[in-house]
Amino acid sequence: MTDTDHTPVLHPASPPLDWTYATSREASDLVSVQDRYGLFIDGDFHRPASKRYLTSINPATEEPLAEVAEAGPRDVERAVTSARKAFPMWSRLPAAERAKYLFRIARMVQERSRELAVLETLDGGKPIKESRDVDLPLVAAHFFYHAGWADKLEYAFPGLKPEPLGVAGQVIPWNFPLLMLAWKVAPALATGNTVVLKPAETTPLTALHFAQITAEAGLPPGVFNVVTGAGATGAALVSSGVDKIAFTGSTEVGKEIRRRLAGTGKRLSLELGGKGAHIVFADAPLDQAIEGTINGIFFNQGHVCCAGSRLLVQESIAEVFLDKLRSRLEILRVGDPLDKNTDVGAINSASQLERIEALVETGRQEGAEIFQPSCALPERGYWFRPTVFTGVSQSHRIAQEEIFGPVLSVLTFRTPDEAVEKANNTPYGLAAGVWTTKGSRILWMADRLRSGVVWANTYNKFDPASPFGGYKESGFGREGGRHGLLAYLKAEGM
Amino acid sequence: MPVPAVANLLPERPSRSAVQAYVGGVPSVDEVAVIERVASLSTRSIKKDSKMAALELAVRMCDLTTLEGKDTPGKVRQLSAKGIRPDPADPSVPSVAAICVYPNMVPVARAALGNSGVKVASVATYFPSGQAPLDIKLDETRRVVELGADEVDMVIDRGAFLAGHYLEVYEEIRAVKEACAPAHLKVILETGELGTLDDVRKASMLAMAAGADFIKTSTGKINPAATLPVTLVMLEAIRDYRRLSGVQVGMKPAGGIKTAKDSIRYLVVLNETLGRDWMSPDWFRFGASSLLNDILMQIRWLKTGRYQSPDYFTKD
Amino acid sequence: MSDRLDVRKTYKLFIGGEFPRSESGRSYPALDVDGAVVARVAQASRKDVRDAVRAARAAQEGWAGRTGYNRGQILYRVAEMLEDRAAGFVEQLKIGGSSRRQAEVEVEQSIDRIVWYAGWCDKFAQVLGNLNPVAGPFFNISTPEPTGVVAIIAPEKPALLGVVSRLAPVLVPGNTAVLVTSSSLPLPAATFAEALATSDVPGGVINILTGAAAELTPWLAGHMDVDAIDLTGSDPSLVEAAELAAADNVKRVVRFDAADSQSPYQIAAFTETKTVWHPKGL
Repeated sequence: MTDTDHTPVLHPASPPLDWTYATSREASDLVSVQDRYGLFIDGDFHRPASKRYLTSINPATEEPLAEVAEAGPRDVERAVTSARKAFPMWSRLPAAERAKYLFRIARMVQERSRELAVLETLDGGKPIKESRDVDLPLVAAHFFYHAGWADKLEYAFPGLKPEPLGVAGQVIPWNFPLLMLAWKVAPALATGNTVVLKPAETTPLTALHFAQITAEAGLPPGVFNVVTGAGATGAALVSSGVDKIAFTGSTEVGKEIRRRLAGTGKRLSLELGGKGAHIVFADAPLDQAIEGTINGIFFNQGHVCCAGSRLLVQESIAEVFLDKLRSRLEILRVGDPLDKNTDVGAINSASQLERIEALVETGRQEGAEIFQPSCALPERGYWFRPTVFTGVSQSHRIAQEEIFGPVLSVLTFRTPDEAVEKANNTPYGLAAGVWTTKGSRILWMADRLRSGVVWANTYNKFDPASPFGGYKESGFGREGGRHGLLAYLKAEGM
Repeated sequence: MPVPAVANLLPERPSRSAVQAYVGGVPSVDEVAVIERVASLSTRSIKKDSKMAALELAVRMCDLTTLEGKDTPGKVRQLSAKGIRPDPADPSVPSVAAICVYPNMVPVARAALGNSGVKVASVATYFPSGQAPLDIKLDETRRVVELGADEVDMVIDRGAFLAGHYLEVYEEIRAVKEACAPAHLKVILETGELGTLDDVRKASMLAMAAGADFIKTSTGKINPAATLPVTLVMLEAIRDYRRLSGVQVGMKPAGGIKTAKDSIRYLVVLNETLGRDWMSPDWFRFGASSLLNDILMQIRWLKTGRYQSPDYFTKD
Repeated sequence: MSDRLDVRKTYKLFIGGEFPRSESGRSYPALDVDGAVVARVAQASRKDVRDAVRAARAAQEGWAGRTGYNRGQILYRVAEMLEDRAAGFVEQLKIGGSSRRQAEVEVEQSIDRIVWYAGWCDKFAQVLGNLNPVAGPFFNISTPEPTGVVAIIAPEKPALLGVVSRLAPVLVPGNTAVLVTSSSLPLPAATFAEALATSDVPGGVINILTGAAAELTPWLAGHMDVDAIDLTGSDPSLVEAAELAAADNVKRVVRFDAADSQSPYQIAAFTETKTVWHPKGL
């Protein structure tokens, strides 16, 4: 077209745009993964005495990422001894100096956040959007927050002069590998303890890279040690000469640890499973309650101990609410965790996928109605579609047992009393959610819900300043906040 | 989701209490959650062909706007030419949706746009304040349509709304809708004056029940103008309105949308709230002026792989 | 040694994140311990006080609106900047008569004190605030909120640690500050302002005025838009008049026992306790 400005460029009316997002992959070469990792003991990496290694795979592709050492009993003993030797120096350091080590580590984690987020996604399957925007910022925040407590313990507990316990053995799960490390390690070190950490079998890599960061930060050798391995390694650590065990994981294993430690005098804190009740009243801000419900059960593929896995919706709005919920499920993006636009990533392991599939099959057989969106799933890797069961009764297994996957069970209620009764009718008591515009009702419900955490008009909110932990079989002890420090301290009068 | 046959949510001449009850029944909005949802949608990474598709759609959705006391026929002619052919160096860039002007400039725009397919949109109802007697506002509405406007952008009476006089607000919109036929009606809520997202949602539902073809955020004359949270709330209201009445209503954020990146964020929010049915200029517009050149620069960058300079794009 | 001429620094006021000269045009010589002139510094006037208070007020809402975590990170970065400039501060303190060792200790303590207070930002509310168990179906909580704009008269000595000790607890809960430096040893505080300007501290949160405390204190004490004044470092002869003037807007007057100590109760002195009730019921 050679004419000037006034030649009309006619475009015939075109149909609405069917807009699909192109893949937008975060660069996985941001992080360099070694072929093989040793155990981190005494400030350096060592070959395991056991001579055995496990392979960590990427659950989105089933491809191997790296070999990590499988610590045997002698390796665990070596790590505990190293932590024991480092304890007198570490606990006697002026607290302000301990604080500065932790501030340094917090800053280094911040600086390398992107690379650690990529590694977390590769190793565990969670979407990069979450590891980048939720996990890593919280990791840095936990170290920053707890660094500030190190030299202020005299103000934390009126009337007490707290002292550290000694060596803490810490066993953490695979759902938030680096964040669970931060929840355990930051308060333990800040309060003057030394640590031997056992990361989960399927997600050891970020803990090992974190160990490298502590070495770069100049953390004295032996203060922080990592023994990778599976269940046997964890059991060896529980039975070793530590002064305290902190465990986050399944209720079943938590009970086993409690039995093992009976009569030993060792301190124990447990953060176990949950079957969170997510309660939506008719006067809730509905569209935001939908987002909250989605976040409550599909965030991190539902691999969340405090997941809102039971939706209790007030019967008068159930139909509208479920209608909106189903529409919302249809636009959830399930797929490559490294794609920045993915909402729901891979299931962490083959065994977890089997467990989820079995329980969902049970749900079908129990007569609940199942809804799943029609999204395509990748061929390789471990995947499960976001799932909603309606017509669920309190006595169904899918209403009682923790599925630990992207599966929501929906029940209805008529009155607040009924909601409270159903919500509390479980051996668990970790978290609950309440959606209503009425402030007084939020507080009335919060008073009556037997849950360690109550989220009102929000869900899955975490902060190092906010204590987290459960009632009943969801465990005991709190992590975060002033209250969370107690797990790592002793004092006369406590 | 099945769409019901068209249903009126309010009767032909509703009583004051019917309108009060209708507005009172609109669900409340949690602001913190809205801001979080918007933040999450803003992390969508739109690349390559999906980015180009979005940018071209965004151009086609622009209502190129000039609403200044100092507007002259020359200015409006230049803007119209720009709207027809935004990038002289690249004829494949489509025309915009409309040129938006003050009533006095409607004939100029009409003549300049000819049968290019670009529409003439005019503000009316004593824009931007709306503070004039109703009969004057209705006269103005009828005049701009006579002068050639295809679309009329009206303002609601914010004073009446904030005073809780919902019946008055409703009746005024209805009257303007009747007066502007056959032009289509956009109703400006002036969300920056409404104070809460609850009120934004209420005003949206009220305007739609009164017959708005489009609901629009702002006049662009005060701050804040359009924002993503306000837009999300309005889109959710539109979604509910369709569910309840079967009627599809369009949406237009206006003012404060300066960059191509912003416009893509708005399209993401639109796409994931209302979906494909709304992804066209028939149902979504951007009220903007400087936005267009930033989009053109981004299109040129995608086509050439070079970061661009504003010198190569016309300022009209 | 070369014949190279060094470029001497001009010391200016720090107001609103920028470095203006005094509007009065005045400056005065800073002397070393032998009375020799080391540099000239700006001599602030009442109009500079006026401008500083305005800047502090404008910045206060934003500073208080940040999370404690964010304020803590910014204060930690101030410490990072100080650490980087430690050698320079040591030289300035030596000029004022400290030995090298004394100066080094003072600089280290100053940095560590900022780190200490940085760590309070996201936890002081957990120690100073609490739930109140009232006798009724009500949720009742008391929280510490920042007082607002705080005027600080820094002590004559120690020239760096005195500034840090008075300033940090004010900033922790979200107050903004106008600080009058030591008049005999103004250089460390003036250089401290330069470190602040590179620390992500928003403009106006901290304003630093070099000059004569005797001249400036009455203007701050009587200013109707200043919420509190810290007279801990003030010359005792100025206190009574300041307290009299402070009465006009019920300004909070604070005097701690020691100018260079640290405690969360120094944070508390610059907070107001807000108590909120909410019914619990269906």
